[in-house]
Amino acid sequence: MTTKMFGEPIRRLEDPRLVAGRGRFLDDLGRDALAAAFVRSPHAHARIADIDVSGALDVDGLVAIYTWDDLAGRVGEPLPLLIPHPALTHGRTGYPLARDVVRHVGEPVAMVVAADRYVAEDAAERVAVTYEPLPPVVGVEAAAAAEHLVHDDVPGNVGAHLVQEVAGENGLDAPAAIERAPHRLEFRLAIERSASMPLEGRGVYARWDADDESLRVYSSTQTSTSVRMAVAAKLDLPPTKVEVIAPDVGGGFGVKIVHPWPEEILVPWAARLLGREVKWTEDRREHFVSSAHERGQVHFVRVGFDDEGRVLGLDVRFLHDHGAYTPYGIIVPIITSTQLLGPYKVGAYRVEFTSLYTNTVQVTPYRGAGRPQGVFCMERTMDRIAAHLGRDRTRVRAANLIQPGDFPYDQGLTFQDGRPLIYDSGDYPELLRMVKELIAWDDFGAARAEAAARGRRLGLGLACYVEGTGVGPYEGGHVEVDSAGRVHVSTGLTSQGQGHQTAFAQIAATELGVPIEDVRVTTGDTRRFRYAVGTFASRAAVLSGNAIALACRALRDKALRIAAEALEADPRDLDIVDGVVRVRGDPAASIPLRTVAVLSNPLRYAFDEEAARATQFAVGGSADLPPVAEGDQPGLEGIGYYSPVRSTFAAGAHAAVVETDPDTAEVRILRYAVVHDCGRLINPRIVEGQIHGGVAQGIGGALYERLVYDEHGQLLNASFMDFLMPYATEIPVIETAHLQTPSPLNPLGIKGAGEAGVIPVSAVLAAAVEDAEGIVIDAMPISPDDLFRLRREGAAAAPAAGREGEPAGLSGSGDRNPAGD
Amino acid sequence: MAEPRFEVELTVNGVRRGATVPARRLLSDFLRHDLGLTGTHVGCEHGVCGCCTVLLDGEPVRSCLMLAVGAAGHAITTVEGLAAPDGTPSPVQRAFTECHGLQCGFCTPGFLCTVTALLRDNPRPADDEVLEGISGNLCRCTGYQNIVKAVHRAARLMAEAE
Repeated sequence: MTTKMFGEPIRRLEDPRLVAGRGRFLDDLGRDALAAAFVRSPHAHARIADIDVSGALDVDGLVAIYTWDDLAGRVGEPLPLLIPHPALTHGRTGYPLARDVVRHVGEPVAMVVAADRYVAEDAAERVAVTYEPLPPVVGVEAAAAAEHLVHDDVPGNVGAHLVQEVAGENGLDAPAAIERAPHRLEFRLAIERSASMPLEGRGVYARWDADDESLRVYSSTQTSTSVRMAVAAKLDLPPTKVEVIAPDVGGGFGVKIVHPWPEEILVPWAARLLGREVKWTEDRREHFVSSAHERGQVHFVRVGFDDEGRVLGLDVRFLHDHGAYTPYGIIVPIITSTQLLGPYKVGAYRVEFTSLYTNTVQVTPYRGAGRPQGVFCMERTMDRIAAHLGRDRTRVRAANLIQPGDFPYDQGLTFQDGRPLIYDSGDYPELLRMVKELIAWDDFGAARAEAAARGRRLGLGLACYVEGTGVGPYEGGHVEVDSAGRVHVSTGLTSQGQGHQTAFAQIAATELGVPIEDVRVTTGDTRRFRYAVGTFASRAAVLSGNAIALACRALRDKALRIAAEALEADPRDLDIVDGVVRVRGDPAASIPLRTVAVLSNPLRYAFDEEAARATQFAVGGSADLPPVAEGDQPGLEGIGYYSPVRSTFAAGAHAAVVETDPDTAEVRILRYAVVHDCGRLINPRIVEGQIHGGVAQGIGGALYERLVYDEHGQLLNASFMDFLMPYATEIPVIETAHLQTPSPLNPLGIKGAGEAGVIPVSAVLAAAVEDAEGIVIDAMPISPDDLFRLRREGAAAAPAAGREGEPAGLSGSGDRNPAGD
Repeated sequence: MAEPRFEVELTVNGVRRGATVPARRLLSDFLRHDLGLTGTHVGCEHGVCGCCTVLLDGEPVRSCLMLAVGAAGHAITTVEGLAAPDGTPSPVQRAFTECHGLQCGFCTPGFLCTVTALLRDNPRPADDEVLEGISGNLCRCTGYQNIVKAVHRAARLMAEAE
């Protein structure tokens, strides 16, 4: 096999194990551990008057019951606010077990530990909690009205308020630019809640070694290193006495970046207290009511533009529902407010958000992390402008695009990492051209007309996006060649199913010149690599990929230096091919890397024949120099860290053709096209898979999934029976094409790809349904009954003249235009 | 009060297995925790996601919706039992690997069992039959694109082997 693996669509190294049923997911570990179960609040908002555990005490197999009163030291303190921000003036986090007040259904109130999960749940059921219900706050607009408060000490339910402004080239601010623009529009948009919903829920398994006074924690997490620091801090242990391992993680999609969860503190704490292994595996209902959700926002948009559709001023105010607590800060609305701009220059921009408390599950990033809402806002705005002017929707977009010559392009805002929002590279006009070609934009009229003649309604929509990927602060990589020639790669960053073992092995094989079969990759295990940030923000390939490449380059330099001595050659004349260091042009002069590894570690004791070659009487060398040179270290290892100055910016454009049923109002996606640019591809097959999965989640969020709270704050659809994730029957064939504009910011020229697929889908499908129906779509998701209701309301149903450049059909502008021109 | 326990004996992947469990022990928990066959996964515990699908006398069932005592005397095949005795992957397992039909791998055992039965009953399914055949299993990672391809690929591999 060739060692040039970078860019090849090779099969994943993970798969043989996973298809054989030999995965090691959290609940596959710790077969003999005690099981934890939680008593969770049935009320959205209530004061805890009393907790009576006496009824549970005679349950056979019960080991312990804990309430907040039992939590000692820092375990009883509020959970950390992970990402403070000056605008988050009223950040609040919960306690591991509720203290006095519960603020959402599902908040943990008591923990039961028992012989197995069945018994633990028996006991949990018998814990009698007396609640005094308080008025719940449900829905972001109710939160803004602030008739009731979620936290007594947070006036107006406002956790954060942030404004960012960029003046136009003429110096005008957005309101002034809009005021002077030839055309103005004003409208409201809304997106409902959804959730990451990995098929494996959360889980924690802890083992306390009393003799060693050390703790090993397994967690289904997206950040094992940070869980380690948090657990060490909470349990008052030196970090060196805490190991955290993310085993196989059955999907995360964002929700598992939150940490430490109450359970991540309580399970290790109980394991130490009891001197027994303890495990908690989240069940599905728990995941719905006690992990995290995302998406819910309401936007109020004002835009001013010229006759070509060029945006001269854009003013967006939005309300963000962050649920009961803010452990993850205001990352989601910051991303919405900045990534909203997408691939466009908008003249003057003003964005203002208010992040509000409600008595619902907390809101933290879910794949896309605020971008789907921002893109929905911007792309709906583009469509409205096109409808208003009667122009082709792609022409309006083209008039606003940042051009290839404009990079690096500074949007003038501060991004989620506190760094300036400067796009590194891209070719947005080409993306637009490619997606038009892929979906046959210009030929759609015939298909539409033909379908209409047979009573069928087709619609076409598209949307563009830019995604900041690969945020810092850093990741690291370690590479080691052992004396058998095996290459051990590790990074502290975790995997959640994206194929990191394969992609990172491809990088290592290419950089080192070794067969990929010799490469073994470990992720998310603090025993192997202690410094890391985590898997989120489409950053794994960019951050850990580049760190591993740098580590390999360091190792390669060392290997060539040692080999040069052994071969009496100049290191600059050496290459590594198939794991063998060779002198270029002299095939006879070579030394395998495994031998170089032996030579790299001067030995006194031989443990096998290979090692004997490195012992003191076998090795020559100068008698006047130390065996390990000054500044050198033993072993054939390399370590590298990659810390980017700022994010890289991937981009894409999606388009879809939908059919809406005239009777049932069902929406069927006939075609779905994706053009995607994430710089250089490490493994095209894996990137395609990421896009497929993202689009499917986007389709779920656009047409099927919503989290339905009633006015009491009860989540009405907390099961897979009622929360409608798409099956294979709901997902069309996804057609993809790639553009590769390398990032100038990192050695490998790559950008992130993990989240991209999901980002524009709601915008695309809203546009396509609007195009099919001639009804303004300003809220997503849209279910058949939503569409049916919109039809009945006859909202601006009169078909408008077709847009110039677009084939006339059922397409209509339907714009309400309260601002007037 | 101690819970009454029942002896459950059955055949799993061709091997006689048994354990003494309470009447309420789910088949999924029995396989995973009592027999240590953790390849069968539990994604929802209410029969919707299909992660826990195993073959009961050859037919796909949701092991989270069945009690272990109800499976006594039956023959179960789990993901661990799909490969040949020498470990050679089955055509379905091979096809999922070749087509990138999995990402996190959590739902995969359920798909593999489902597809194994599907292709036994319908060796050359049409596109819509494939969609129908896997429409009871959720996957949150792949968008199903490569799972569909893997089913067709497995059908071809099986045809070639004949």
